[in-house]
Order: sequence, then C-alpha cells, then structure tokens
Amino acid sequence: MTILLILIPAALALGAIGLAAFLWSLRNGQFDDLDGAAHRILVDEDRPKRSPDGRD
Amino acid sequence: MITCCPVGPALDAASQFAGDLAPWVITRADGSRELDLIIPGLSAPESIPLIEGALESLPGLAAARVNFTGKRVVATWNDPSFNPAAIVETLNELGFISRPFDPSHSGLNADDAQSRLLLRAVAVSGFAAANIMLLSVSVWSGAEGSTRDLFHWISAGIALPTVAYAGRPFFRSAVRALSSGLFNMDVPISLAVCLAALMSLFETFNHGEVAYFDASVTLLFFLLTGRYLDHLMRARARSAVSQLLSLSASSAMVEEADGSTRILAATALQPQMKMLVAAGERLAADGVVIAGTSEIDRSLLTGESHPEIAAKGAVVHAGMLNFTGPLTVTVTAAGQDTFLAEIIRLMASAEQSRSRFVRVADRLARIYSPAVHILAAGTLAGWLIWTGGDWHMALMTAIAVLIITCPCALGLAVPAVQAVASGVLFRNGVMIKDGAALEKLSDVDTVVFDKTGTLTLGRPRLANGASITASNLAIAAGLARSSRHPLSRAVCAAANSRGVAPAAVDEVQEIPGRGLSGMFQGGPVRLGSRQWCGIEENDGQGLPEFVLMRNAKAASIFTFEDELRRDAAAVIAKLQSEGLRVEILSGDREAAVRRAAADLGIERWQAGVTPQQKLAYVEQLKDAGRKVLMVGDGLNDAPALAAGLTSMAPSSATDIGRTAADTIFMGESLLPVLVARDVAIATQRLSLQNFALAIGYNVLAVPIAVLGFASPLVAAVAMSTSSIIVIANSLRLGLFFRREPAVAKGQQAGMPDLPQLERRAA
Repeated sequence: MTILLILIPAALALGAIGLAAFLWSLRNGQFDDLDGAAHRILVDEDRPKRSPDGRD
Repeated sequence: MITCCPVGPALDAASQFAGDLAPWVITRADGSRELDLIIPGLSAPESIPLIEGALESLPGLAAARVNFTGKRVVATWNDPSFNPAAIVETLNELGFISRPFDPSHSGLNADDAQSRLLLRAVAVSGFAAANIMLLSVSVWSGAEGSTRDLFHWISAGIALPTVAYAGRPFFRSAVRALSSGLFNMDVPISLAVCLAALMSLFETFNHGEVAYFDASVTLLFFLLTGRYLDHLMRARARSAVSQLLSLSASSAMVEEADGSTRILAATALQPQMKMLVAAGERLAADGVVIAGTSEIDRSLLTGESHPEIAAKGAVVHAGMLNFTGPLTVTVTAAGQDTFLAEIIRLMASAEQSRSRFVRVADRLARIYSPAVHILAAGTLAGWLIWTGGDWHMALMTAIAVLIITCPCALGLAVPAVQAVASGVLFRNGVMIKDGAALEKLSDVDTVVFDKTGTLTLGRPRLANGASITASNLAIAAGLARSSRHPLSRAVCAAANSRGVAPAAVDEVQEIPGRGLSGMFQGGPVRLGSRQWCGIEENDGQGLPEFVLMRNAKAASIFTFEDELRRDAAAVIAKLQSEGLRVEILSGDREAAVRRAAADLGIERWQAGVTPQQKLAYVEQLKDAGRKVLMVGDGLNDAPALAAGLTSMAPSSATDIGRTAADTIFMGESLLPVLVARDVAIATQRLSLQNFALAIGYNVLAVPIAVLGFASPLVAAVAMSTSSIIVIANSLRLGLFFRREPAVAKGQQAGMPDLPQLERRAA
C-alpha cells in the first residue's frame, strides 16, 4: 500500500495543476473573446503592418 | 442599381461620434491610458488584423486589441500627449463607426466579474468532485481500516474548503430568503450540502464506514453549473442591450455667449444653454426653438407618425429627430421637470406593481422545501422510535434523505432549458433579458400593440405609386434625392423599386416646412405641401401628401402612408387564431390608426392616447385578470411596457423603451413576437417535464433513503443520472427549433416567411 503515498499526491497534484491552469487562463482573459480567438488562428502574423490610412 | 437617397443620413449623423473623448479615457494605476470603443459594424473576422494593424501603427499608441465577441476594441497608450481622436478617425477611414463607452458604467464589468466568480466556483467544485470521486470509488470497492480513514481524511481536506468557497452563492441566497420569511430552493440545498459535509467529518473522526463528501461536492458542482447557465443567458442579453444603449449615447453642439461652439454630453446640458441642432440629428434636451424652421419627427415620443413643422417658439423634447433644417434651441428643462423625467417616474411606479411575479421554480420551492424538511424530520423521529433511541443511525438516515431529495435536478431543470431557449431566440434576433420573461411570455392571453414603429416601420411609403407616371416620379425623385425628409426618401424608394432613374434636376433647394424646388429642362419644378404649391386643401383622409408642380401646374399628387411591417397582418392573424386578444393602443391620429387596424383585422383599437392613458389602460386590463404582453417602441409606450405582465420592443425603440421592455427583437419582421411566444411555451413545457422527471426520481429514491438503504454509492449514481436526464431533455428544445434561422433569412430578404408560419402550426 506504500504505492498510495506516491499515487494519491500525484493524482491530486495533476488535478491541481489543471485547476490552476484554468483559473490562470480565466484571469488572463483567455475566455473573454471566444469568437475572436476562433478567427485569429487564421490571421497571418507575418503580414507587414499597414499605414494608418492604408486600405486594401 | 440606382443609388438615389443618401443611405440613412439621420442614422449616420446620430451615430457619428464627434465629441470630446477625454471623459472616456481611463488612466490606469501604472500611468498608461486606455480607451474602450464599441464598433457595431464589426462582423467580418478579416477586420480583426485590419483594425489592430492600422491602430498599432499610429505613432504613440502602445496596443490595440479587438474583442470580436463583444464588438469592442481596447486601445492603450503611455504618452499623455497622444490624442485619442486619432483612433476614432482611423476607424472611420477603415469604414467603421465607433463609439466610446465606459466599461464600468455599462454594467458589463459587473456582469463579467459575477460570471467569472461563478465559473471559478464551477471549476473548483469540479476539481474537488473529480478527486473525491476517485477516492470514494476506492472506498466503495473495498478499502478498509486505516486506508479508508486516510481516504476519508483526504476527501475531507478537499471537500470542506470547497464547500466553504463554492457554496457561498447558495448560502447567501438561502439566508436572504429565510430572513425575509420565505423558502426557496437554496434552503434545502444549503442544508443538505452543509449537513452532509459535517456529518461526514464526524464519521471520519470516529472511523466510520460511510462519508458523503462526494455527494456534497458533486451536488454543488451540478447546481453551480445550472446557476452559471442561468447567468450566462442574462449576461448575453444584457451585453447586447447595453451595446444598443451606448450607440445612442447623445451629445449636443452648444453655442457659447462669445459665439464659439463646443460639444457637450447630453447629461452636461444646463437650462438656458443654446443648442445647435443640425438636420438629421436627434435633440439631446427639452427646449424652445429660437431660430430656424424645420420638420421634426415626434413619433418616438407621441406615436404621431406625421412630421411636424417647428419654427420659432415651438416647444421641442429630447429624442425628437430634426429632419430638414438647422435649429437653434434654448434648453429649458433639466432635472425633474422634463418630459423624460415624468415618463421615468411613471415607469418606476409601474415596475413596482409588476415585481409580484413568482417564478415557477420558486413557486415549486414553496411546497417542495417544507415537504422535504418534514420528511427528513419524520425519518429522524421514525428511526428513533424504531431503534429505541439510536441517535447515530437516525441522524445518518435523516441526512441521507436530505441529500437524496436535494433538488439537484430541480436546480438544473429550468436554467438548462432557458439557456437553450435563449440561444434559439438569440439566433432569431430576439434578446430576452431573463428567464422570468420567458415564463411570463408563455402565460400571455392579451397582446397590446403600439402602432407607429411597432406594427409599422415608422417610415412612410408611397401609397398611390400606381397612379403616378414614370416621368413624374423621375422628376420627383430628382428633386427629393438630396433631402432627408422622410417623405422625400419614400419618393426615392418608390422610384428605386420601380426601376425609375431620378431625372437630372438643377438648383435644388429645400425650404424647411414647405418642400423642394428646382429647375428641370429649363422649367421650374416643385415638390411639397398643398399650401405651398397653391392647391386647395383637402385633408379628408388625413394622409401626408406631396404635390409635384411642373411649370406652375400640378402634375401629380403623391400620397403616403406609414408602412406596416411586411408580415404584420399574418402574425396578427396567427395570434388571433391562437385565441389571443389583440389590441392597438396608439398616440397617432384616429384616421391613421383606423386604417392600420382595418388592414390588420384588429377590432379593438384606440387612437390619440397619451402615455398616462396607455399606462392606465394596461393596468385596467391587468385588474380585469388579463395577462398582457405590451409591444411598443416609443417613449410614450415606456410606462405601459413596464406595467404589462411582460413586454417586447423592437431594437429601433428609444433607450427608455428598450430599458423598459423584457425582450427586444431585431429586424423588420414582426415574426419574432410569434417565435418568442412559441419558444416560451415550448420552454415552459420542457421545464415542467424536467420538474416531473426530477420529482419522479425523488419518488423512487426517497423510500430507499427513508428505509436506510441509501449508501453514498446509491446517492452518487441517482444524482448524476437524474441530472443528465434533465439536461438531455432540455437539449431537445434546440432540436424543435433547429430550422428557425430560416426566419431570419426570410426576414432579410424581405419575405414574410409564411411557410414558416404553416410549419409552426403543423
């Protein structure tokens, strides 16, 4: 049963890491703009920035 | 495509923000500054990099972040000399109209904070539930002696802080209810959760065999999920509503004594100030006209659809739309004397009389909670007598009864259905402010409509187009195309829809209150009132008219009527066929209301009604036992909207109208009224089914608990199954109304979607 001394803390720690990650992402604003996040993945980061009056 | 009239100039002028941005800039603790802007036109995701790129290349701006969900952008900078006006200008150049807003004022922040708090509680209780369940499964599969004690102690270490943290929303609500002498669902919930945790702690101390830590935390997890769904639904509608509100945040151009002008927020206006109102703007305050002549639209205030002429000395009110000429107005009213203040006072008193409504879940709780407590007490007493004073056994069984009967599925039954319903409605352009509105809507037996802006679109349409020749229409459109007057725009729209190109008319001049004049092929032409054109008055029908004069001879008479919403007649007929009493209550003139009522087949109508009379009439209907749905848009409807059992307003309504209404619908169709009622009825049916399922489960589980067979395993299985069944049943609502987005499409294409109505009936 000594294996429990490792397994239980390990299980709890893994769970706690998940909870901490979720709370961090919530505080960090990761859930503020769910629709935008879905679209941002398609945005090409390498594109040069436009001038203030720049249009297509 | 003929581009004839300027597209919505009144709207553009009203929504273009030209004021001082300084009040909206927030200075953060670290000295950086922030400006929040709402961009209502943000709909294409491609705009995200476009806006951020353009803003971030502004010299001095540190960062710009678009929130696509909320249609907002936050810009931050460090340099105090940076002029935030450049942000609005840049957005304008990209083709976006933007408005500053104060996130702490719009109520969005408070909502966000509350929703984060709930989400955090859901996360914590979820984590705790998963871990405790892991340990509990080990116990149930046969852990014994010191291993079991160890598992129980670890469970206690997780469960007790979780209950203390995540249970707060329920404890607070239960205390509030009890201190006002009422029972709500949160009373048995709090009792079950706390007693289960404490009893388990006691058992753990005494090396007991059973502990209910998992039950107590899982309960919290399910119930918090329900609470979060409920909150999410209200928050979504509120954020949409506050976006609409911020759109019309008004400002006014004020002329100082030295002749210079500056722009002030409407709230900063004082009596005796001189306000300049350009054509196409809405008035920001009550006042008296001191210079200029123009036509103004009072329809949002009075329901009167025909524009009125305002000249020197005319009394004007905030919210009126100035059509044709610039006006100079001395501000007269501030504080409690304004027309607006009077309406708000009426509204507040009407609201009070409405707050008596009790939601289904609370009605049930009033019976359910005492019943559960009596049952638990009975169990305790029964076991005490049966075992001859074994307190331990009796208490354990009584607490097990409390846990088993804890309204876990009941707590999910209504929020789950209502969250699905609000999603369905949202896709159909209906925003519902809270779940109570859905419950009320399903009860309605009388629908009272306002006319102007509600049954009609609040804008005139050419009525006698068929009798006007194409050449006359072309000349009229040529004259009218530069005018903002609603009748001019109706002429243009008629020409446009008949494919008549506006004729080239030169030297067009607009004379406020009279009409338009110009030169066509060398001869003078005029389009305007009978009086101005020298034709004898003939006001038999009470319809607004324009006369087209060619070379000093009357060429044609244009008659206009306020256009009904395209599917209004079909919707009214459907409502009546479902046994609802439909009435019109309008501030407009009798002739106009009579005609609209006849067209729509409504027998009960009243014209020329003041806001006070509207309120009194709705109260009178309520006293007669009727459950009234009030549908209206204007300031004059606001008190009646607040008084009805429930109320709806189109998104084009005044701020006050939108605030007073429980439900807001978008678009030019009246169908949302019908859809909202259907969804509400389906929601109510599913809620009751869910209640039946949840109570049915209790009927099965309670005898097991009372007889002392409810092990923690039985409790866990029963609780989870009943919750999952209730959620699955709620999702059926989404299936019923799957095809509803067709409504929105038909609406956009301008088609009254009658097949939709038929399908509904089937």
